[in-house]
Amino acid sequence: MMETAHFLLDGVAVPFAEGQTILEAARAAGRYIPHLCWHPDFPPHGSCKLCIVAVGGRHLSACATPAVDGAVVASDVPEINAERRALLQMLFVEGNHFCPSCEKSGLCQLQALASELGMTTPRFNHFYPDRPVDASHPDVLLDFNRCIYCELCVRASRDQDGKSVFALTNRGIHKHLVVNAESGRLGDTDFAADDVAAGICPVGVILRKRVGFAVPIGSRTYDTRPISAVSMDREEP
Amino acid sequence: MPRSAALEAELAMQACGRRPEHLLQMLIRLQEVFGHLPPEALTRLAAVLGLPRARIEGVAGFYSFLHTRPVGRYRLLFPDNIIDRMLGVPRLMDRICRNLWIEPGLLSEDGLVSADTTSCIGMGDQGPSMLVNGRSLTALDDARADALCERIRAGEPLSAWPAEWFAVADNIRRRDMLLSAPPVPGEALAAAQARGRAAWLDEMHASGLRGRGGAGFATARKWQACRDAAGERRVVVCNADEGEPGTFKDRVLLTRMADAVFEGMTLAAWAVGADQGFLYLRGEYRYLRAPLQAVLEARRSAGLLGHHIRGVDGFDFDIEIHLGAGAYVCGEESALLESLEGRRGTPRIRPPFPVTHGYLGRPTVVNNVETLAACCLVAIHGGAWFAGHGSAASSGSKLLSVSGDVARPGVYEYPFGVRVREVLDDAGAVDTLAVQLGGAAGIMLAEHEFDRRIGFEDLPTAGALMVFDGRRDPFEVAANFVRFFAHESCGFCTPCRVGTQLLAGYMDKLAAGNGSFRDLADIEWLDRLLKNASHCGLGSSAPNPVIDGLRNFRPAFERRLKNADFQPAFDLDKALERARQMTGRDDAEAHLDNSPERP
Ligand SMILES: Cc1cc2nc3c(=O)[nH]c(=O)nc-3n(C[C@H](O)[C@H](O)[C@H](O)COP(=O)(O)O)c2cc1C
Ligand code: SF4
Ligand code: SF4
Ligand code: FES
Repeated sequence: MMETAHFLLDGVAVPFAEGQTILEAARAAGRYIPHLCWHPDFPPHGSCKLCIVAVGGRHLSACATPAVDGAVVASDVPEINAERRALLQMLFVEGNHFCPSCEKSGLCQLQALASELGMTTPRFNHFYPDRPVDASHPDVLLDFNRCIYCELCVRASRDQDGKSVFALTNRGIHKHLVVNAESGRLGDTDFAADDVAAGICPVGVILRKRVGFAVPIGSRTYDTRPISAVSMDREEP
Repeated sequence: MPRSAALEAELAMQACGRRPEHLLQMLIRLQEVFGHLPPEALTRLAAVLGLPRARIEGVAGFYSFLHTRPVGRYRLLFPDNIIDRMLGVPRLMDRICRNLWIEPGLLSEDGLVSADTTSCIGMGDQGPSMLVNGRSLTALDDARADALCERIRAGEPLSAWPAEWFAVADNIRRRDMLLSAPPVPGEALAAAQARGRAAWLDEMHASGLRGRGGAGFATARKWQACRDAAGERRVVVCNADEGEPGTFKDRVLLTRMADAVFEGMTLAAWAVGADQGFLYLRGEYRYLRAPLQAVLEARRSAGLLGHHIRGVDGFDFDIEIHLGAGAYVCGEESALLESLEGRRGTPRIRPPFPVTHGYLGRPTVVNNVETLAACCLVAIHGGAWFAGHGSAASSGSKLLSVSGDVARPGVYEYPFGVRVREVLDDAGAVDTLAVQLGGAAGIMLAEHEFDRRIGFEDLPTAGALMVFDGRRDPFEVAANFVRFFAHESCGFCTPCRVGTQLLAGYMDKLAAGNGSFRDLADIEWLDRLLKNASHCGLGSSAPNPVIDGLRNFRPAFERRLKNADFQPAFDLDKALERARQMTGRDDAEAHLDNSPERP
């Protein structure tokens, strides 16, 4: 019988099957690697870079890099966590995130990661972009100020809902979401509040109307448990 | 009667084939008709192609040369590379804008003209240049600028403008093995076919030819991996995106030696068993499309493309030209493939690599224009002959695009191993302070490094060589390149999308004289992050100009610092000016002391 392949993650041997990524194998072994654009129901996206790990001398996205036998992977180490904090700072300053007044506070993965990784200041100058809100839909509000471009809504709407309500346009720092209507308004699309895409946003862009602040801030998911624990609750398919 | 958007959309689909992968080509065509992309046309394309409209809008918004809002009947684009700036393009832009009463970035009220800046247009050796409705105008001076304004005001079509305004000289200054003997069409193919398919690939291995597009991957190994990959209908792509600021040698090859480039593609197709080929031509070189089409047509007639090439049963291969539309990142091979498939030019996750999963998931070879042209030499003279030229790890020759502070800008071909100083001497450079080798993504060399050699052993380069003499400021050069990367970032990954923007902000802050040592530390931290965390080569090379600038020309940066640990990006006292005006105060108490010691 062939020996199971393993790699070392922060000094611990992690077994993996052929084709598994570093992040998948780590999760299967009960070890958390931070992530924002990765989601167990979708192929890797590789855009947020929060899952960055050091393999040999190179820094790679754990969600998109196949595991290799014998590799030495560093994840929860000061150098890598410092890079993650900087990436979080970048996501905060490029958008408009006023956490205390955000309906997603305590349920937001960006906020939860920043808190767990000890991001205490934004460090860089804020961009204060001008991003309008779309309230045209009867049941759902889009607050683009908080978008981190993980494209989970794009992917969920296309691959699971079969609707392709969302897409990205423009590029670079001007990149932004558009919806599938000539008017540019969500109300003119076939989007519905029970679409998979309606519940997938890791931050506070896609919000259901009329249910705000049902659970008080302070007793929400990430207010009580760190994201590294919550994220591991879910059994992978 | 003007045709409706829906009708034109229909015609564009007819002309390009109703396939989603031709979407970008349809959009380019539609824009040629309307000047921009009317919303109804996008809706119509979506309906007929069965694509979500949002996706089409996403593609239209990605490319700089596509406009979803009306632009002027004359669209003036002024290149903003540092070389163009040194040639006086900003001054000419200013002159033309004043003359036409327009402001950069805005459409004139009568809808006649719009003006803006753009990245390098590949004309760094042509004197001041610009694009008018996508056509390059070269050798601009005040007289030509004024005459051009007259013609625009008169509404004269470009076809009636003097032909010499559009003349692009080849400026070949030094020839070596490639430029000195352009092969007769079919000669290289005949030689390769005489050897047989497997032996032809062996010959390529023996040649040691490495990619000329920058990364220097062994061409034969790439071909072999594609040939051996599982899958049907292999593809050969020629990367003619040539977007690296300061490079234009592919332009000259496509002008002078198009047959050799297409023959190189056909040689690659023969080696890997491909039946479909694409030339991805940057939008800035649209004027080359018609002559290139004519070359393709001639090759078909001569039996060098199409079915049974040169009478060989089962050797079928043809080439289509696809246009880009103003996106540097589309030179990155996986972004190029996305673009060829009619999508936003976002680099893919690799692995899988294009050789196994390329165009529409098929095994695909992507090679640079010059690499493919050089293959003809290997076929004609043999691998050993080719390997006998150049240096040990860098066989053959390299075309350099030389521009900037030199007497003779143009294309120079040298055997690999040539010293930077020799190029400078040949080009007539005096008092050279710095050389930027390999474009914005390359490295900046100082005088003490001019004896280094060009080649994969020491100084690998895709071929741009920009020269700066003692009058220039290395900080300005670095700042220009940083702005370029910020403008061209595709925006996919966090470090590059935000990091290039932040870096540009720090450079602005330094340029304004508001920098501190703390900013330099932040810059170096961003440099590291971009290098380590970026998804593709654009982001990881974006900090190069700053890293090299700080390594070789640190005083140019430090001169701009206020001697403080921390300095805000804005003037605190000035920020209070409005409050002073509104309260009618100007006493000492209404002013802030900007000194850094204050808490
Ligand atoms: C941002 C970026 C831009 C690039 N632009 C070009 C280009 O314009 N032309 C080119 O041939 N290669 C370009 N490349 C390199 C290609 O990805 C690829 O390596 C090359 O086309 C392979 O051809 P070769 O092996 O013949 O060099 C670029 C790479 C990056 C990361
Ligand atoms: S709206 Fe939410 S799910 Fe969609 S891209 Fe933005 S952050 Fe991601
Ligand atoms: S590094 Fe820049 S250009 Fe490359 S994928 Fe990331 S954002 Fe896009
Ligand atoms: S989780 Fe891997 S890049 Fe976003």
